[in-house]
Amino acid sequence: MDKIRNEQIRGTVKVEQFGDKAREARLRWFGRVLRRNRGYIGQRMLEMELPGRRRRGRPQRRFMDVVKVDMEMVGVKVEEAVDRARWRQMIHCDFQLLQVTVRDALNQAMDEELERDERVFLLGEEVAQYDGAYKVSRGLWKKYGDKRIIDTPISEMGFAGIAVGAAMAGLRPICEFMTFNFSMQAIDQVINSAAKTCYMSAGLQAVPIVFRGPNGASAGVAAQHSQCFAAWYGHCPGLKVVSPWNSEDARGLLKSAIRDDNPVVVLENELMYGVAFEVSEQGLSKDFTIPIGKAKVERPGNHVTLVSHSRMVGHCLDAAAVLAKEGIECEVINLRTIRPLDVETIEASVVKTNHLITVEGGWPQFGVGAEICARIMEGPAFNYLDAPVIRVTGVDIPMPYAKILEDNSTPQIKDIIFSVKKTLNM
Amino acid sequence: IYHLEHRRDHVNGIIFFFSLSKKCDLHKLEEGPPVQAVLTREEGLQYYRTMQIMRRMELKADQLYKQKIIRGFCHLYDGQEACAVGIEAGINLTDHLITAYRAHGYTLTRGGTVREIMAELTGRRGGIAKGKGGSMHMYAKNFYGGNGIVGAQVPLGAGVALACKYQGKNELCVCLYGDGAANQGQIFETYNMASLWKLPCIFICENNRYGMGTSVERAAASTDYYKRGDFIPGLRVDGMDILCVREATKFAADHCRSGKGPIIMELQTYRYHGHSMSDPGISYRTREEIQEVRSKSDPISMLKDRMLNNNMASVEELKEIDVEVRKEIEDAAQFATTDPEPPLEDLCNHIFHNEPPLEVRGTNPWVKLKSVS
Repeated sequence: MDKIRNEQIRGTVKVEQFGDKAREARLRWFGRVLRRNRGYIGQRMLEMELPGRRRRGRPQRRFMDVVKVDMEMVGVKVEEAVDRARWRQMIHCDFQLLQVTVRDALNQAMDEELERDERVFLLGEEVAQYDGAYKVSRGLWKKYGDKRIIDTPISEMGFAGIAVGAAMAGLRPICEFMTFNFSMQAIDQVINSAAKTCYMSAGLQAVPIVFRGPNGASAGVAAQHSQCFAAWYGHCPGLKVVSPWNSEDARGLLKSAIRDDNPVVVLENELMYGVAFEVSEQGLSKDFTIPIGKAKVERPGNHVTLVSHSRMVGHCLDAAAVLAKEGIECEVINLRTIRPLDVETIEASVVKTNHLITVEGGWPQFGVGAEICARIMEGPAFNYLDAPVIRVTGVDIPMPYAKILEDNSTPQIKDIIFSVKKTLNM
Repeated sequence: IYHLEHRRDHVNGIIFFFSLSKKCDLHKLEEGPPVQAVLTREEGLQYYRTMQIMRRMELKADQLYKQKIIRGFCHLYDGQEACAVGIEAGINLTDHLITAYRAHGYTLTRGGTVREIMAELTGRRGGIAKGKGGSMHMYAKNFYGGNGIVGAQVPLGAGVALACKYQGKNELCVCLYGDGAANQGQIFETYNMASLWKLPCIFICENNRYGMGTSVERAAASTDYYKRGDFIPGLRVDGMDILCVREATKFAADHCRSGKGPIIMELQTYRYHGHSMSDPGISYRTREEIQEVRSKSDPISMLKDRMLNNNMASVEELKEIDVEVRKEIEDAAQFATTDPEPPLEDLCNHIFHNEPPLEVRGTNPWVKLKSVS
């Protein structure tokens, strides 16, 4: 049975949550009462105290108790009720933006692209009858059947090669790796058969394929299942590599990847699959795509620039929130694409803030942060740096299992805060 | 090989029935290809011409390589012409084909011209891949190369077959590999999936007895390559007789097109040159062996003898074809040596398909190169 969330139903008919609407009605009436002339019975009722003894037990909640809480939630004061237009504007409950998990965003993106183009199909281990190892392809096999959603045996090199061959012959496959750790078995097909072919054939042979799957650290899966491949795939010409953070990223980037005529590697993150984010109406449209190769400034600031991708963007935003309380305004950039790297956005930010910190989950040597450092140094932004670029990365070890060790193997919010303060010499 | 009879066909002229000397060895097949093959005069002349072009082209490439006009890798196909020409005769140009690096012959049969092929070997802008690919990376319509990584082309071929089945156009994919590649793991992964999903794929093992310098006995625990597919039916064919190859290919194509799934063909063939131009080819095999194959089983000689002995063509006709072929190869070689190299502006082009122009970093940060697709 299909599960349809309340938010989606409300979203389709554009109806707000009932509690919000009731709140708006209460405050509207309250404002009306306050604007009436003195002596109006409604006003006298607001502060009325009934004579006599109260009953035992908890005092009853009165109208003003509720309204006081409402006003706090909305952020208005009693004095503001005088101006009717402004009062109405402030208490108006906006249609709430739809909350979509990253998993559902990816699922919807694939569903819409499968519907839009007959040549698109999905293959990988457990993508069909199991609904996806991480349930990202839930419901797709039921809807599209065996021809378009294909369960493969455990043969990464084999099925990755088959996917590339199908792309060469005119289809548009989505090849799912259960995690990118297993893509190492098939990496020859990704690099030598997919990435290089357009160039070797001088443009005669295109390979419109998407390789997707979870990348990087998960929780408690230990060394062989926790490697981040952003640097390895980001190294190769002929490939495009994207790394979405939130649901809007996931939707837009996956759609762009599927519509792109070239090999694209989509590095998702297993820990982000269950996280819900607000997605704007525009982000839910069937033709919503995010251009590959453009980074996004998630939070403006002017003291220091934090550049990150995937899950670490969330950590950077949390760190920025903590630092804001101390008066340090961080500008947080979500790379969105690893290759081609959007250096212009980073440079523009560095010109403004003069300090740069890169944050990633992968290992430091030859990593994404290292590349950003090199590019900033080679470009005009170097002259605007007041301090060397700092990289915050995963610890340079294979991922351990014990929770305390694992927690200390990837950047935590306190590490980002510490690095910011060091960079700013505080 | 003697001919049984001939009769006059008002469309094709005189057609000849040949009895093929060798019956194919079969694996998990009730019956094999027919033991009789039909050859018309036109077909005979066409096969002769194509094989002769292929032979002379490879020998010319050998010459150019020794003159250092061709560099890098150059894996020559001479001796194996019957395979390429025979396979093409058994399928249509709308079918698909993919092979490994010994690919010049297939580039020709799939529609590439000798000029384009030779110019690609010499790395000029007139090459079939504009000089960007070289010997191992030549492409044509429905021909997916030319692949450098041993064995990687086999899953690719099965993927092409998947697309054929998906698109429902009754096309198939011929997927070639050598005796050396036959021991690659990814090939067995491919056998499994092709069989599971009944992909219309003909797996063809060109067994030329040596994987680089290693003879088949030293490389494979089982040298019955046509049986290595286990659950996939297979047949072993004399790869030096073009009619055997053609009939076997037709048989295999029918098998695939009728929806029975993949099939394996082992072509027993031989290469006169070493593995590549850097290999003299005599340290792991004897000159006598090469001589024996050349004198007893050369594919071009066998076809020529067959045609002459049965008055299908005259000595002069064939000589005339030889002269034409020689001239064609000379012209192509002339083109390949005089055509200019690709312009430097082309360096970064074709990284992507259908992409707006982008900037590519050069060897130092001040060099910003432009890439168009």
